Amino acid sequence: MNLQIQIDEKTNKSIVHLSGEIDVYTAPKLKDALLPITEIKGRIIEVDLEHVNYMDSTGLGVFVNALKLSKEHESKLLLVNLHERVLRLFQITGLHKIIDLNTTIRGVNE
Amino acid sequence: MESFDFIEMSFPAKPEYVGVIRLSVSGIANRMGFSYEEIEDLKISISEAVTNVVNHAYSEKENGVVTIGFGVYEERLEIMVADHGGSFNLNEVKAKIGPYDSNESVENLREGGFGLFLINTLMDKVEINNNSGVIVLMTKYLEKLGVELNDDHVSTGQ
Repeated sequence: MNLQIQIDEKTNKSIVHLSGEIDVYTAPKLKDALLPITEIKGRIIEVDLEHVNYMDSTGLGVFVNALKLSKEHESKLLLVNLHERVLRLFQITGLHKIIDLNTTIRGVNE
Repeated sequence: MESFDFIEMSFPAKPEYVGVIRLSVSGIANRMGFSYEEIEDLKISISEAVTNVVNHAYSEKENGVVTIGFGVYEERLEIMVADHGGSFNLNEVKAKIGPYDSNESVENLREGGFGLFLINTLMDKVEINNNSGVIVLMTKYLEKLGVELNDDHVSTGQ
């Protein structure tokens, strides 16, 4: 019942690998790791959720927070490899229309 | 009077226990024969209710407690989540729940307050009592026996 966070820094992209559960206990740790990199202008932040087996609204809140910062600082937030269960949460709340959940990565200045 | 088993557990209202509470509901629901999908729904619902208690019911100085009750019936599981903290403004909470609107600008997106909406979507029946502290009572039926009931309804007990 924890969350492992590993960030691979590429030239203009940060790949955030998450593994474990995102809830009220682990969300602060995710916030601390994710939010600062969304404030880098032009950066692509790809969050890999393949190994996230549980998430609730606390996790959605963190991603909404990150999305706001990325719009403000002109970076790009992208969530990839969502489990069906996790994806369902985005769909129920309507967030799938707002946050980019595509697995295809497009340029920042498209 | 229909017979049922009642299980009650109390936890410190702290973030680190929410995962333990999820394991509890998972074990009970598994024993009752709920499907994998339904167990996942139950885990999210109970976490949302407990997270509300952890975040809102007690001030930082208080050593708050969250009490969980499981009513194990033949055809349904009733889960009660109760705190003994200050009550919240229910109408205010209800006004804030609901899915995101894709026309909403990103700047105005809510970052929280939709736990109750998720509970309401994932459970068959939800009741909230807000007299002294807050009690959330939620029910999930086995094998869709509760389909004839209104799926999307939050009622307020007084």
